[in-house]
Amino acid sequence: MLRSKMLLWKIAQRLGAIAALILLGGLMAATLVRMAPGFDADERELDPSLNAESVRALRQSRAGEHNILSFYASYLRGALHGDLGTSHALGQPVQSLLRERWPVTARVAGIGLLLAWLLGSTLAFTACLWRRPLYEILGTTVSGAFLCIPAAVLALLSVILNAPGYLAIALIVFPKIYRYSRNLLAKAYASPHITAARARGLGEVRILAWHVIPVAGPQMIALAGITVSIALGASIPVEALCGLPGIGQLAWQAALSRDLPLLVNLTVLVTLVTLLANSGADLMIHMLRPGEESA
Amino acid sequence: MNRARKFACVVVLAVCAVSLAANWLAPAGYTKQFREAPSAPPSRQHLLGTDEVGRDRFARVLYGTRISLLLAPAAALVSTALAALVGGLAGYLGGIWLRLARGFTDLFLSLPWLFLLITVRALMPLNVSPLVSVLITFLILGLLGWAASARVLSTSADALRNSDFILQARASGLHGPRLFLVHVLPNLKPVLYAQFWISIPVFILSEANLGILGLGVAEPLPSWGSLLRELEGMISFREEPWRLAPLLLLIVVMTSFQLLLSNEEVTA
Repeated sequence: MLRSKMLLWKIAQRLGAIAALILLGGLMAATLVRMAPGFDADERELDPSLNAESVRALRQSRAGEHNILSFYASYLRGALHGDLGTSHALGQPVQSLLRERWPVTARVAGIGLLLAWLLGSTLAFTACLWRRPLYEILGTTVSGAFLCIPAAVLALLSVILNAPGYLAIALIVFPKIYRYSRNLLAKAYASPHITAARARGLGEVRILAWHVIPVAGPQMIALAGITVSIALGASIPVEALCGLPGIGQLAWQAALSRDLPLLVNLTVLVTLVTLLANSGADLMIHMLRPGEESA
Repeated sequence: MNRARKFACVVVLAVCAVSLAANWLAPAGYTKQFREAPSAPPSRQHLLGTDEVGRDRFARVLYGTRISLLLAPAAALVSTALAALVGGLAGYLGGIWLRLARGFTDLFLSLPWLFLLITVRALMPLNVSPLVSVLITFLILGLLGWAASARVLSTSADALRNSDFILQARASGLHGPRLFLVHVLPNLKPVLYAQFWISIPVFILSEANLGILGLGVAEPLPSWGSLLRELEGMISFREEPWRLAPLLLLIVVMTSFQLLLSNEEVTA
């Protein structure tokens, strides 16, 4: 009973922190948009058919945006009513753009993440179980090579090789999973109770399942939360260069056309997903081991 | 320093030296067009061939390397200085300041790096001169890349704040900025150096990503990002493999940095 109450309190705390961070992040983003060069410029004012009064009316319509706080308040009011504004470049409501594009990113990043975890954790676990120097060198070299290649180059290479976009995401994320998991597992294997277990004749698989995973598990769950953020970041070059119509491609198009309202909404959305993933990982760790959280 | 690290150090220094000697090694420069030979294969005159508009690829690789390898450390210097200011000071002051700084760095770290980069890059004007685009790109990297280092530094400064020698210095009447500058900051030097070196490859990769996406250094100025953008037109590796030269050079330099930093990452 006490544990479930604590869990509920933890969830409430997390949600409160996420709401506060999103509000603060939104204010920061709105401030940056407001301060950006060219914010006050409106191409419609250049139309020679408009008279002085029409130009004045246009300027008057933007008067409310001059104060950062009122600009942010009106943005928040709209967001609470489901109105995230209109994309300047695409001329469509941001909300409908997000609804159209999100499933593509969720699918590509989701499959990529799954493959990355499969590859990274398999390599890390087998390296720890086998403990063959050659295998370790191979794993470190391969992951190191992929860490040296920019995400956008991997996306370009996947286009040249006709490989699916999710494979590029998997190859961007897997080296981080492999290296971190490998270090965690090696650290767990170095503890004295593992040596004692080995001395008593416990099998390697049993040691892994009973003594290593419970030690390294919580931090690997925290890593799972972080990899969501990495995969979402990787979706920008992958979707942009592989021609996948997702959130990443939309962000890239918005950046190239300086579509600031769309870009800010996308950043807030991606931040929200990242925070939810990290909080989910933290809550899972809390459920498994009360009192322990990812740093 | 083990053999691998020594070798990596030599490689990075050699690449830096060759790129600094670009004026002598490639006197034609990175803008000169050989209009009679666009997309030419490697020859004695053009060691890596020419690009689609007839510019010598070897010269562009050398000048691009110089820009990326000189400005990434400059950006790392900015980000480390910011991290020392935010993280170091917050850790030294402790209490509410430390909690505030950690909340702020957490907010920064929760934003996916590339999303944050392209958002802030888009806030700046895109149609600017090549030189301004270089400054904007690397300044953005420096101004946004401080959060992870600040978190590490705040933890180190927090540990220092409670150490015996700081307590003794306080008891001797040393307080405020003097205590921070004379005793705390010098003891943070190893962490600051580590964070500085760790930031360089991160910024090189980030610039490359921005360049390929068309949001980095503007033409005709070359950088690794804009050079790698050339891969976009490739159909297969067999056809014109010399176009992969900037990628190979980037991999060599990044691998060298990885070898050099293998210890720093553990200590940081």
